[in-house]
Amino acid sequence: MVEIEAKILLNEKVGPERYKMILSAPEIARQAKPGQFVHVRVGEGYNPLLRRPFSVHRVKGQKIEILYKVVGKGTDILSRKKNGEFLDILGPLGSGYRSPSDTSKISDVILVAGGIGVASLLFLAESLSVTSPELSILAIIGAKDKDELLCEGDFKKVGCQVKVATENGTEGYRGLASDLLQKCLPLSGNRGKPLVFACGPLGMLKRMGEISKKHHLPCQVSLEEHLACGVGACLGCVVKVKGSNYTYKRVCRDGPVFDVCELVWK
Amino acid sequence: MMRKPKRELPSLAIHLAGIFLRNPVMVASGTFGYGEEYAELLDLNRLGAIVTKTITLKPRLGNEPPRIVETASGILNSIGLQNVGLNGFVRDKLAFLKKYSVPLIVSIAGETSEEYVQLAKRLGGEEIEGLELNLSCPNIKYKRGLMFAQDPQAIHRVVSRVRKVTRLPLIVKLSPNVTDIASLAKVCEESGANVVSLINTFTAMAVDGESRRPILREIAGGLSGPAIKPIALRMVYEVHKAVKIPIIGMGGIMTASDALEFIIVGARAVAIGTGNFVDPRIPIKVIDGISEYMIKHGIRNIESIVGNLRCRES
Repeated sequence: MVEIEAKILLNEKVGPERYKMILSAPEIARQAKPGQFVHVRVGEGYNPLLRRPFSVHRVKGQKIEILYKVVGKGTDILSRKKNGEFLDILGPLGSGYRSPSDTSKISDVILVAGGIGVASLLFLAESLSVTSPELSILAIIGAKDKDELLCEGDFKKVGCQVKVATENGTEGYRGLASDLLQKCLPLSGNRGKPLVFACGPLGMLKRMGEISKKHHLPCQVSLEEHLACGVGACLGCVVKVKGSNYTYKRVCRDGPVFDVCELVWK
Repeated sequence: MMRKPKRELPSLAIHLAGIFLRNPVMVASGTFGYGEEYAELLDLNRLGAIVTKTITLKPRLGNEPPRIVETASGILNSIGLQNVGLNGFVRDKLAFLKKYSVPLIVSIAGETSEEYVQLAKRLGGEEIEGLELNLSCPNIKYKRGLMFAQDPQAIHRVVSRVRKVTRLPLIVKLSPNVTDIASLAKVCEESGANVVSLINTFTAMAVDGESRRPILREIAGGLSGPAIKPIALRMVYEVHKAVKIPIIGMGGIMTASDALEFIIVGARAVAIGTGNFVDPRIPIKVIDGISEYMIKHGIRNIESIVGNLRCRES
């Protein structure tokens, strides 16, 4: 975990309101694991006051990439940053996806990405393709419209099978990525249970909880939450988890990745 | 006459009711966890002091989320004193903090004066430098509807009872949600408090007009950050005029100039709160900035400008 002034090498539009930013951040690039995030101060002023969290989308050498959608003031300011400017970033933060330590029992991994949720899952796919090349990875990518689909080619490049869902049916399956997953289950052949990783809107993640329960699938989900400190100190971002009664965990430090079965949905 | 070049480094050290601080910049309760969360990002030993997250007798789950929302130049929180409890703190958190030489002040809160007494007794046996009595959390329910810090009799009861059971310096954290904060600070002083720290957060709320819902689950929360700084300054100024005990000033400090403003109106020490969330290096930047200011203005000792506000003669 470090706080650095990172140089913006590229900040380009990759779709409607969607941007990719490449930053020079050697220390963060060295430490980052899939599912972790960086906490970015978008400006010196007090409005917005707080940093904005972004999943690490990719690590290439000494560079990291983030993929983001403009949803408010913070991301709007970020989208206007020019190449060569510097950004105050803190990271890598949080507990990321837990890769299978023993891949002998697992042969399939399914990634379920809704909208901008592809950001962290591409890093996971790229990482798994190196650490566990024997795994067969299916990436299910969903978006509202075909124009908003991201990273299809990138997943294919690292050997993933890719299936696409759009809510308006303009490409691939018509519906949510989680519905498409449901259609793919159970996987054909006599294979072990796949390990599922999902990132996307809350509604989709809730559906993942139901699917995981129904099919007894181990599933990790990455939650998106408004954060203040990002390091686990302020306790502002907690999520309810199962316990003897229930308890709270911090999205920023204990997460953002959780086993879907431990979450208590509202 | 020739001015001698000032080579001597200024002294930022202060004494706060018997606690020696190498500089007047502390981190405020609830914004720095138990220290461990930030240890990778800054050298804790450079801080003037650490005030821990408030500890209660029993662990507390805290309030239902959403607990935090950003507002114009500020944040609203409704954490609800989530903490590991007294035993958990002593068992799991204290050892880490003891590894550092930075003075440690433990913030405590109880539902009754008896709980404050029990907390103080137990913590009196630990290697800590002071206790901060949090009488002013706006995010928990109080039996009488008022927080302790809003009721002079309650302040007196808690402070005087705790005073009897501990020799540790007692800091009382005051609420700005009162009509006359100076008179309440005076009650603290008369009841045996060694220091007052102010201000805690303002009760406030945020609403989503589209859904017509409050953004925080508990509807209202506590406002902090640069938005409250001018009010905090005025309150520190008023308290400084009313009491002799030292003041820890806080409320939206983001820069060394902010911190110096608090010192000039009467704060002997200052605390960074919300600023820690924005940039964990702010406490260090503030310390360095105060040092630069002192060199620039030829100030040798920071204590010499505490309360040194130059008002016009009337």
